[in-house]
Amino acid sequence: MANEAVKYVWEGAIPLQIHLHKSDVASHPAPPPALVLAPRIGYLPLLIPHIKPYFKDSLPPGEDSIWFDYKGVPLKWYIPTGVLFDLLCAEPERPWNLTIHFRGYPSNILIPCEGEDFVKWNFVNSLKEAQYIINGNCKNVMNMSQSDQEDLWTSVMNGDLDAYTKLSPKLKMATIEDDFSRKASLSSPQSRQGATEMDVAGQVKTARVPVRLYVRSINQDFENLEDVPEIDTWDDISYLNRPFEFLREEGKCFTLRNAIESLLPEFIGDKAQTSGEERSKDDDTEEADGLLREMGEIKLARIQGIEMKLEIPFSWVVNNLMNPEFYLHISVLVKAPQR
Amino acid sequence: MNSGREVSDGRLTVEGFSVAARAFADKWKIHNQSFPPWSWVPLINRTLHLSNQQEEGYLSLEEILILSSLEESPEDESLNVATDCLEKEESVDHTILNQENEAHYYDFHIVYSSSYKVPVLYFRGYCSGGQPLSLDVIKKDLPSCSVSLLHESKWTFITQEEHPYLNRPWFKLHPCGTEDWIKLLSQSSISTGCQMPVDLYLVSWFSVVGQVVGLRIPLEMLN
Repeated sequence: MANEAVKYVWEGAIPLQIHLHKSDVASHPAPPPALVLAPRIGYLPLLIPHIKPYFKDSLPPGEDSIWFDYKGVPLKWYIPTGVLFDLLCAEPERPWNLTIHFRGYPSNILIPCEGEDFVKWNFVNSLKEAQYIINGNCKNVMNMSQSDQEDLWTSVMNGDLDAYTKLSPKLKMATIEDDFSRKASLSSPQSRQGATEMDVAGQVKTARVPVRLYVRSINQDFENLEDVPEIDTWDDISYLNRPFEFLREEGKCFTLRNAIESLLPEFIGDKAQTSGEERSKDDDTEEADGLLREMGEIKLARIQGIEMKLEIPFSWVVNNLMNPEFYLHISVLVKAPQR
Repeated sequence: MNSGREVSDGRLTVEGFSVAARAFADKWKIHNQSFPPWSWVPLINRTLHLSNQQEEGYLSLEEILILSSLEESPEDESLNVATDCLEKEESVDHTILNQENEAHYYDFHIVYSSSYKVPVLYFRGYCSGGQPLSLDVIKKDLPSCSVSLLHESKWTFITQEEHPYLNRPWFKLHPCGTEDWIKLLSQSSISTGCQMPVDLYLVSWFSVVGQVVGLRIPLEMLN
C-alpha cells in the first residue's frame, strides 16, 4: 500500500518546451517547439517517441543520434529528469526550455544511448548497486525472473505505481530504519508488519543508504536564486555516489542535515571546527579564526523538487522520496568556504 | 579508526584501499619494470575546495601503447604491448606503423567503489590523435575469452559508464562478484587461513582482473 508522499513523487512531472537545434533544421519555416510533460522519475530518452513526430519532417537525411542540451550543457540522460531540473535550474524555469539534437552526438562527453535498452540497463545496474548497499548483496535482483525484471522496468517507464508496488516486494529490500521510523511504524495501522521487519532489520548493526549527491558550489552569497550563476559545464558540479552509513542505536535519529554533512565532512559541520582547533595549537590562530568564521554552508537541498528543511528526519526522507531504483538523489547548493 | 590489516569478507574499507594501492604500486615498480609505474592520483575536489584529509584517490596507468595488427595471434593472450618504449614520442615510430598496424593507447584506472567496497577497473582506448576507440575496436585488442564473455553478458560484464571523477565516458569492469572470488582467493592461501592481508589485496585482485584486459602480472608480485 503506497503512501501519499510516494504517490506525489510518482505523479511529479516537469513541463518541457523542446526546441530543435538550428543545425538540424532542414525545413522552412523551422518547426515550433514541442511541449511535453516529463515524469520526474523518468529519463529524457524515454520521451523521444513523443517528441520525434513533431520534428521528423524537418530533419536532414541520415541516421539519428539523439541528445539534449540545456543552455549549451549536454544533458546526462542517465540522471532522472527531475534531478536534472532541480540541479541545473536554481530558479525553476517553467516550462523548462531544452534543445534537442538529432545529429552530432558528443560521444567524448556523453555515454551512448541507442534506445530504450540502454536506459533500462542503466536503471537495473543502479538498482543492483542500491540493493548491494542496502542488503549487502544483489542476489534478489539477479534472481528475479526476466519477465519480472521487465515488468518492473515497464512500471517505472509508464509511471504505474500500482504495478510497481505489486512487484517491488520481490526485491526484498531491507527497510531503512532508525529510531524515528521505528516509532512511526509502531503507531501506524500496519504496526504488526513493521515490528517483524524491525526484528530482521535490527540484526544489522551498520545500515547503509544509497545516496547520489549532486553539489553545486558558489563563492559568493546571494539574495535570490535568480542571482545564482548558470552552469557552463558538468565540471561545475561535484557528483558523489556514496552511501550514507550509520550505526543503529537506541534513541538515535538522523536528520537530512546530518546525512549531507557526513557525506561532505571536511566541508561543513563539526569536522571543520575540529581542524580549526588543531591549527590553533600550531599557533596559526588567525587562520583558525578564519576557518571558523568562513565555513561552507548548505544553502539549499532539493529532493523531488522540494526545498527541504534540513531538520527533517532522514529516514522519512529516504523512505518517501527515493527514486524507483532505491536511490535518494539530492541536489545541493553550497556556499564555498572562503579561504 | 580501523584500517584493517586483514580482509576476511572480500571487501576493502576506503583506508584499506589506500594502503593496498600503495603496496600494489610499489610491488609493480619492483617486479614489473617492463611497464611504466602506476601513479596515485589524490582526489582533490576543486569544486568544493575539499582538502584531502581522508587521502582518497585512485591508481592510474596511462598511455600504454598497443600495436594492434589485423592478424590474430591466439597463442599470445597478453596485450601486444610495446614494452620497451616508455616515451610516447619515441614509440610512434613510423617504420612500425603501416597500413595494417594502428597505435592504440590505453589508460587504466583502479578506483575504489564505496558502494561495493571493492576496487573497480576503468579503462579507455584512444589512437594517437586522441580520438576515443569504440568497444568494437577495443574488442580486437582484448583477449579472446574476454570477447566471448562480452557477447554473453553485454550489459553486466564490461559496461560503458561515466568515470566517477572525470565526467567522461570510460569502460568499466563490473564489480558484482568481486568480493566472492576474492574470498575464494583468500581461502586458497593456507598460511593466512581465510584472511587476506590488505597489502596483497590489490595484487590478488589484479592477478584476476588484469587478465580480462590482457595485463599479466609476474608471479613474484604475489609473494
